[in-house]
Amino acid sequence: MSLPARAFDAVIVGGGGSGLRTALELARSDLKVAVLSKVFPTRSHTVAAQGGVAASLGNVEEDHWHWHMYDTVKGSDYLGDQDAIEFMCRKANEVVYELEHFGMPFDRMPNGKIYQRPFGGQTRNYGERMVPRSCAAADRTGHALLHTLYQANLKARTQFFVEWMALDLIRDRDGTVLGVTALEMETGEVMILQARATVFATGGAGRIFAASTNAFINTGDGLGMAARAGLPLEDMEFWQFHPTGVAGAGVLITEGVRGEGGYLLNKQGERFMERYAPNAKDLASRDVVSRAMATEIKEGRGAGKDGDYILLKLDHLGEELINKRLPGIREIARKFANVDPVKDPIPVVPTCHYQMGGIPTNCHGQVVAPKNGDAEAVVPGFYAVGECACVSVHGANRLGTNSLLDLLVFGKAAGERVIRDLREDGPMRGNLPKDAGEHTLARLARLDNQRNGERVAEVGADMRRIMQHHCGVFRFPDLLVEGVKKIREVAGRAGRTEIKDKSRTFNTARVEALELDNLVETAVASLVSAEARKESRGSHDRADCHRRDDANWLKHTLWYKEGDRLEYKPVHTKPLTVESFEPKARVY
Amino acid sequence: MGDIDRIRWHCRRGLLELDLILAQFLERHFERLDREQRELFTEMLDEPDNDLLDWALGREEPPEPRYRPVVELLRAD
Repeated sequence: MSLPARAFDAVIVGGGGSGLRTALELARSDLKVAVLSKVFPTRSHTVAAQGGVAASLGNVEEDHWHWHMYDTVKGSDYLGDQDAIEFMCRKANEVVYELEHFGMPFDRMPNGKIYQRPFGGQTRNYGERMVPRSCAAADRTGHALLHTLYQANLKARTQFFVEWMALDLIRDRDGTVLGVTALEMETGEVMILQARATVFATGGAGRIFAASTNAFINTGDGLGMAARAGLPLEDMEFWQFHPTGVAGAGVLITEGVRGEGGYLLNKQGERFMERYAPNAKDLASRDVVSRAMATEIKEGRGAGKDGDYILLKLDHLGEELINKRLPGIREIARKFANVDPVKDPIPVVPTCHYQMGGIPTNCHGQVVAPKNGDAEAVVPGFYAVGECACVSVHGANRLGTNSLLDLLVFGKAAGERVIRDLREDGPMRGNLPKDAGEHTLARLARLDNQRNGERVAEVGADMRRIMQHHCGVFRFPDLLVEGVKKIREVAGRAGRTEIKDKSRTFNTARVEALELDNLVETAVASLVSAEARKESRGSHDRADCHRRDDANWLKHTLWYKEGDRLEYKPVHTKPLTVESFEPKARVY
Repeated sequence: MGDIDRIRWHCRRGLLELDLILAQFLERHFERLDREQRELFTEMLDEPDNDLLDWALGREEPPEPRYRPVVELLRAD
């Protein structure tokens, strides 16, 4: 049986900020482009971005791209590729002004220029003090960005395939990427979307953790497809966490709660931060607070029947102050934690927020993988941008407001590169291989015919629990070793999932089973990569080796699904035009 | 009126908070809605995520008064 096929010049998988930015660049050419999205594009997770876009416009105070570059390299704990970081910081002003011209409703100053506000980690003069560098649209920057780019794409007549889920990458024998197989949710039909250029903009996989701020759609579909197609995933041990998300829900509780005098308690009612940070206590930096919380939980002092969360107490602040200074906290706590913080503490836990690793790419959004001795050989026909890609500008930790910048700069760069590559390539390269789509059909048939199989929800819940417990914000060697074993077992079970509902139209059960396949690839990649990295760097924080070890570990991890094995490749410590920032101790 | 499977997928959003609220609403209230309320709910799902969340958390009132009965149910959980 063969699948029906449609041919395009470019297929973009994902309709969030990065996919829309790439699509817009392509729409300016006369290429035939399709954008696939699981959900309506303006409901992508980019909508959750509030902080803004970093750019050294210098509208409020003097600023320079080189200061921004320094902050980003330092923030990455020197794992970020300095050429990519220079590229991004230098392009920032251009992409922000372009976005302004597309109609982005940025906040403005009285003189009409874009207003900029300070954001953690963004400094002037190489760490001297904070500088206002973030361009925002009130607290709805992500929303405004999605709407602006979506409208611009409509005007440019970009063709959208809404409620389509890409299933597998199609490669020929030489490894050239020829498109994807995809499922149309409304009809249940599977089709081949053949393309001269395939761009992944599928976002992160934050749903691998039990505690995650990510929306349900963030299932790492692009990562799963790339891994199944034999491509490596880079630096998957690096995940950014926030100390206080509502346990069991993931919704963030603002750090302002501790700023106003709220504090953390273990199950014995002890204000444990006094032990870990006698001076700063609950106002210590994010990583110190997260580490203390994880240690309390690991050592059996977590609250709740499973001992797996910490209590955030603020009732002593009084109802009046809570209502006045922390607006919205009561609604959030009531709605998602089922407690009124005026009376009871909020159960919280360190919560996954952002994925620094992903599909390895270069500055042009081209996917790269080791081949014939070249650590970064371009995979012809394949591009990746945004959170699913690892370019790597975030390295071991991301600075707030750099993720929207990442998707604007590299979304545009990938679009430009696709246009150039397609111009040079000429028309479609030959026919699809005879077996194109067979792998997808086999996966779907396996799922439909499975008997006495595993339940998708149970396997997913086990995966999320294991990731949280064994590979969370603070990592213990014994738990990592045990976690690798457990997550491999879960991966085996994910290959035997069964669904009861075999209907075709909007079969959410089938979609969730297919999403689980992608999540599991990401989870295994993350745990195996984390167990192997015997140092602490950026967001990867190990209890047994507290220090960064540049002599042995200043290198990028590459995980391969085939053989479940790791390779490493060097960090680009040499920028494009300026001198390198040499690794230093990271102190703020 | 859309069928429940389609509506269930349309409850997949960009904001986690809405995923949680809408999933719970589907489970607890959707079956008991009358035809008109179901249509209203389906229509509301086309509204932007931030607006829906502000309504559901009671931070703002929906500008469309006819949404209010369904918004009340979203808030009730």
